[in-house]
Amino acid sequence: MRTLIPASATSKRRQFDPIWRVRARLLWRSARESWAMFSESKIGLTGATIIAIFFVAGFVVYPMLWGGPFWGPLWDEKIYDPILGRPFIWSEELQTYITEDFPSPPSPRHWLGTDPYGRDILSQILHGIQAAFVLGIFAALITVFIGTAVGAISAYYGGFVDTFFMRLADIILLFPLIAFLIVLSGLMQLDFWSLALILGIYNGFGAITIVLKSQALAVKVKPYIEAARVAGGSHGHIIFRHIVPNILPLSFLYMMFTVTSAIFSEAVLSFFGLVDIKMSWGLMINITRDAGYLGATNLMQFWWLWLPAGSCITALCAAFYLVGRGLDEIVNPRLRQR
Amino acid sequence: MRRYLLRRIVQIVVTLYLYLTLVFFILQAMPGDFSQIYIDNPQLDKAAREQLIRDLGLDKPLHEQYLTYLRNFVIGQWGVSFANGRPVWDIIVERLPRTALLFVTATLIAFYLGFLLGKLIAWRRGRLIEYTSTVVGITFYTAFTPMLALLLVWIFAIQLTNWTGVKLFPIANFLDMDKWQLVNLGPHGSNIIFGYMLATLGALAAFIFAYWWLCHRLIHRPGVRFLALLGGYTGALLLAGYVWVAVEPLAQCWPAFQVYGGRICNWQLAVDILHHMILPVTVVTLISFGGTMLLMRNSMLETIREDYVMAAKAKGLPDSKVRDDHAARNALLPVVTSFVLSLALAIDGGIITETLFSWPGMGLTLLNSVQEQDFPLAIAALVFTGVFALIAHLVADILYAYLDPRIRYE
Repeated sequence: MRTLIPASATSKRRQFDPIWRVRARLLWRSARESWAMFSESKIGLTGATIIAIFFVAGFVVYPMLWGGPFWGPLWDEKIYDPILGRPFIWSEELQTYITEDFPSPPSPRHWLGTDPYGRDILSQILHGIQAAFVLGIFAALITVFIGTAVGAISAYYGGFVDTFFMRLADIILLFPLIAFLIVLSGLMQLDFWSLALILGIYNGFGAITIVLKSQALAVKVKPYIEAARVAGGSHGHIIFRHIVPNILPLSFLYMMFTVTSAIFSEAVLSFFGLVDIKMSWGLMINITRDAGYLGATNLMQFWWLWLPAGSCITALCAAFYLVGRGLDEIVNPRLRQR
Repeated sequence: MRRYLLRRIVQIVVTLYLYLTLVFFILQAMPGDFSQIYIDNPQLDKAAREQLIRDLGLDKPLHEQYLTYLRNFVIGQWGVSFANGRPVWDIIVERLPRTALLFVTATLIAFYLGFLLGKLIAWRRGRLIEYTSTVVGITFYTAFTPMLALLLVWIFAIQLTNWTGVKLFPIANFLDMDKWQLVNLGPHGSNIIFGYMLATLGALAAFIFAYWWLCHRLIHRPGVRFLALLGGYTGALLLAGYVWVAVEPLAQCWPAFQVYGGRICNWQLAVDILHHMILPVTVVTLISFGGTMLLMRNSMLETIREDYVMAAKAKGLPDSKVRDDHAARNALLPVVTSFVLSLALAIDGGIITETLFSWPGMGLTLLNSVQEQDFPLAIAALVFTGVFALIAHLVADILYAYLDPRIRYE
């Protein structure tokens, strides 16, 4: 019977796709499935939309305002620079630039007004998006890296390693982070990157390790781990090729919460004026407070100085948190509706 | 149970030791020792400087400094504030009751609110109410605290005063100086009142819990039980009020010259403090109820799937009874833990609120001491915050083991 199969069919069956194409297809399929599940969660979608809007505003629109491939700068750097700008106006009478009064309320020239030093608030807000994203994502990546590795390792080895990291996580859970960062800022110059690094490390050894460890424990007893061991896989191979990929979805979830916590911590510390940073939303409110525009009596009179920045912090923190909640409903089997 | 407790206590002691060590070595690793500020005073000559270094023990090797640090911590020698020369321990004892009263009250309210809402939205999963309260809760939960506090101050202290013409809420501080100046309560005077208030709060909470438990054991008809609970709670509140007005030493009064009717009583001072607490408590409640609500919701969604809830439903019990007595009570466990832990981190989270309302508690003390470069006080406040948190963690564990027998016999 075998001879009856046409030669063309056999050769066709033997033609395998290259491995990268198979992997890409699998990746695409799982991404599509995850998206289908995620898009069922209205809360997650709301968060993702807000994040997308912020991202486009900060990383697409903002750079375009300073000039693009086919157009010149839409914003004059002298006036609109978030850190060095001044509210210059061309005076026909004097034939020279004069400065506008500041802080000035929203106007066609400055859509969100100017700050106590005469700088454009909208430009600062857009610049702040970049700062918040970079800080949040950088801190969260460190957290996920540490948390996943430590969680997988302490689940795999158990014993002393496990006890040590779990005790450490206990301390971190109860560690007064804001208080500690405030004390730290008094002892050393806390700049943008060191703050992100500290936040990332702090979160990385915290709650995330406990959660990921318990997840990794569930993975560790699966038959394929034993199979890999029997096939001669090293400890490192098993941890990083078999356990880690299986706990990655959960660590991705914790990444979202870490972004929220990092952005919030930075905003609070900047608000107290304890971080050495060029421009961020928290710093904008700090400047407002230092210049005396945040008193209870003149609060609403100068709303543009603090309300946009405060709302942005709230919105972006809430957005990442909402995405985290949305993912939680997918990743956490106990919350699944089906 | 005893073995479990013993193990937890040993673990907490070890954790405490690790925490102290961690703080010490992080501080040592900082570029520039904090005492350098003290030593590098240009008015000191070389001999005096060396004398200072010797006196402070900074010439000793690191391990000796570390042992001194541990010993001083244990015997309560936490150093002297750079700013005003007072012992640090003294300052902490003075400030702690203020933070404790504010945050215990706020956390109690926030958790009760979160518990109720979480229970409700888990029971009505997928309805409009779930989405609304989740979004509102998360918005408050992640709201930038200074902004929220400022908005509330603006609405309730400024706008309401403008509309009504009466000053309804104070903007800042924790008491009315005019009133308290007339009273001779001695040093840390306000602490006496804070102590009485905390004691009253504790007694009321204990009574409410015990009475609630008794009523649920003894009275089985829902209507009667509700009336009994209502009567008992009202009675307890009235009794507390009576004690403050009529029973010494709480009811002590002070002569007050020509103002305030010639005398000021302790209860008036307590009311003054309560009046100043309203806005901060509102802010803390709004910020933290969302977290509890979502935790309660998740925990409740798990218990709803349990067989006993199904069984209770199948027995034909009313919906609200299944929800409150079968599902919610079992879902409460993680919420209790989180309650104690959030009390533990009250000092940490309170820094922002206390700063905005100029509430001179632990959080504000910490921030101010860092800004004034008063490091003995700052470090002591940091260490104390951690110790406080660890002890609360232990309490949470004990409570948890008591509430959930499954833990004990693990």
